[in-house]
Amino acid sequence: MSALLNVSDLNAWYGESHILHGVNMHVTEGETVCILGRNGMGKTTTLRSIMGLVRKRTGAITFAGQDVMAMPLHRTARAGLGFVPEERGIFASLSVDENLMLPPVVAPGGMTLDEIFQLFPNLLERRNSPGTKLSGGEQQMLAMARILRTGARCLLLDEPTEGLAPVIIDAIGAVLRELKSRGMTVVLVEQNFRFASKVADRFYVMDHGVMTHEFPVGELDARMGMLQETLGV
Amino acid sequence: MARTSELPPATEPAPSAAPVMSRTLQLALLLGAAVLLIAAPFVMYPVFIMKILCFALFAAAFNLLLGYTGLLSFGHAAFFGGAAYFTAHAAKVWGWSPELALLVGVAGGAALGLLMGAIAIRRQGIYFAMVTLALSQMFFFACLQMPFTHGEDGIQSVPRGRLFGVLDLNDMTTMYFFVLAVFVIGLLIIWRFVNSPFGMILKAIRENEARATSLGYATAQYKLGAFVMSATLAGLAGGLKALVMQFATLTDVAWQMSGEVVLMTLIGGIGTMVGPLVGAGIVVGLQNQLATSAFPVTIITGLVFMVCVMLFRRGLIGEFAHSRFGRALGLRPPG
Amino acid sequence: MIFGIPLQAFLGQLLVGLINGSFYALLSLGLAVIFGLLRVINFAHGAQYMLGAFVAFLALKFLGVPYWGALVVAPLVVGAVGALIERTLLSRLYDLDHLYGMLFTFGLALAIEGSFRWYFGASGQPYATPKALTGVFNLGFMVLPIYRAWVIVASLVVCLAVWALIEKTRLGATLRAATENPSLVQSFGINVPMLLTLTYALGAGLAALAGVLAAPIYQVSPLMGSNIIIVVFAVVVVGGMGSIMGAIVTGYLLGIAEGLTKVFYPEASNIVIFVIMAIVLILRPAGLFGKEG
Repeated sequence: MSALLNVSDLNAWYGESHILHGVNMHVTEGETVCILGRNGMGKTTTLRSIMGLVRKRTGAITFAGQDVMAMPLHRTARAGLGFVPEERGIFASLSVDENLMLPPVVAPGGMTLDEIFQLFPNLLERRNSPGTKLSGGEQQMLAMARILRTGARCLLLDEPTEGLAPVIIDAIGAVLRELKSRGMTVVLVEQNFRFASKVADRFYVMDHGVMTHEFPVGELDARMGMLQETLGV
Repeated sequence: MARTSELPPATEPAPSAAPVMSRTLQLALLLGAAVLLIAAPFVMYPVFIMKILCFALFAAAFNLLLGYTGLLSFGHAAFFGGAAYFTAHAAKVWGWSPELALLVGVAGGAALGLLMGAIAIRRQGIYFAMVTLALSQMFFFACLQMPFTHGEDGIQSVPRGRLFGVLDLNDMTTMYFFVLAVFVIGLLIIWRFVNSPFGMILKAIRENEARATSLGYATAQYKLGAFVMSATLAGLAGGLKALVMQFATLTDVAWQMSGEVVLMTLIGGIGTMVGPLVGAGIVVGLQNQLATSAFPVTIITGLVFMVCVMLFRRGLIGEFAHSRFGRALGLRPPG
Repeated sequence: MIFGIPLQAFLGQLLVGLINGSFYALLSLGLAVIFGLLRVINFAHGAQYMLGAFVAFLALKFLGVPYWGALVVAPLVVGAVGALIERTLLSRLYDLDHLYGMLFTFGLALAIEGSFRWYFGASGQPYATPKALTGVFNLGFMVLPIYRAWVIVASLVVCLAVWALIEKTRLGATLRAATENPSLVQSFGINVPMLLTLTYALGAGLAALAGVLAAPIYQVSPLMGSNIIIVVFAVVVVGGMGSIMGAIVTGYLLGIAEGLTKVFYPEASNIVIFVIMAIVLILRPAGLFGKEG
């Protein structure tokens, strides 16, 4: 079975500092894969490099058979990749509605506005408020919702639960499960191990710019010792 | 404005391990320059050389601000041209001796610098450039209307007089060596200033203003100090020019003049000691060449500006110091 | 009589101020639009204004294109030239200090103006007021030339249209978002480099439109741009470039302030805008509508 997303020997740099040292990973269609790791190990850089936001990179990235490395940044989304950044990236000078409608639809099969507001009822009430007036949880929901509208096949989610209250985290977990039932592919970067264990099918552990371990969710209990050592959980 | 630090930084004082231009080579170059400057008036038209010296000093004064503080002023014509008016007025109307008239110009440049600087440093980066441009344009209109400048005619036939009441500056050789002396003194002041503790703090502010502030430096006051210093020396250059050319006109306070001094520094190399001098020589020489033709010099100036920004941002001296040849000589490349 | 000034003279200068203000508003609007997205101070804005007037003049002289055609053609031509320059040259400077973009466009302005001055001389060329707009409205208390009324109305409409484009449309929302975080917007699949090119073309086109509007009032002269651009810089400093509406309002206000100064203290009319700029900088450094940039 061929993977939807394939990353091999990915190296990436921020200016002079070499962050990724040969990342290898693959994601199958419909799968939710979670990258675990401590801060500063290259998890965010991995997502940003796949998306093309980090331009100084070598190696190979293919998505749905297309060479993503060769694409200018604005083509990556058209190929079907959608990125939800850690800082959420809600635009202050745009209303909630404008934020939601900003990313162009890249493929059929995206959620309709009705579906989105069913999934995120909070956004419906706040459609006309400025983007920055939202709470942290609402900003996270908006950042996800605007990508779900576009018909992206694979969602790159960077620490969606960071800084959020438990009840909001549960809501986001529900959203991810709903997405999985619709066949969405998700690459998730998480520090919140407990959250990740509820939504992910498979895990990668990242350390100093490389993937050191890979295992399915079923092996989670058996791996706890290693995880405690590398993650300090 | 973290980005300001991306301007080619000034020549750093070389750490002892880095290759330093050998002392003998430095001495030889200095000596060669001295011989050239002393011999120049006997082989070339002295007024032309003196004009270059005035503009070289002007460009060096401008570079003191841009190259070592990272502030791009688009209004330095006000100090240069303003001082030219003040010196010309003092020499012609008040009948003061040239050294006093020159001091009047210098003081005028300093006062204008303090006024404009105090307003302009309230904004940074690109706004700073626009504000200085607007303020100098205001000064231009003021000069157009104030009676002592004689409007469109300017102040003509400025007497050179007798230096300290003794040396007759109408003698071309005497005048030349007077101008040369002022030029050298001006450069020494700049050199001293750049390498002083004050200059070091300016460099620190340019590299990282936030850090300098957190170290407890009142960065605004340091920037204002550099601005006034630069304006004062630009005033020295302008006053000197009024004595050399024996007139002061609106050309010297117009915005085009502010652009010219930016160009001189850019061509030669921002943040290098020698670059502005070379740039001034090239620009004044070019203007001299084109003065007799109908072809407007602004086309060339504009194109050179574009080429410099696109291709030679380090300027001639900066690029040379960066080249293999320059490195082989042990030159310290800026940046 | 108002403060000892005849009403006629007062209203006359108020009108002159409004006309100048119309041009200040159009030009500072274009500068603000370009600066917002490209972070470049477009020093060539004055030259592009001049080019607009010259395209109108040349198109009439050699191709018989009337004023109304010029209103469309000149912005398109100057906008296209601007797009070409942005694509091939200016776009290479975005990663550098913003001052380089300013220096580049300064050189561009000098080269363009120098060339036109060389070819056409420094003196102005007359451009006839279009037939439909000649004549005056007699308002009883004053005589209002129709063309001047047209300029005020047209500039107001254009300014408000651009404001609405940026604040009220989806394209405008994209532009605003790209101002905040261009790479994230590009990662959504929007061709941001193309957006930058179009924005520069829009700004240059607005300058050219102002140039066509100005042609029948002032003469078409190679120097018309450099005379006005420095004043517009002062306008932009006063307004702050953070806000489109701020640029427009400041343009009209300062034009009117300049006109009224001509009534009460004519000697200062050349410098009043600069004086206002200095005062604003002392009291409110970020500008009237500005966020520190």
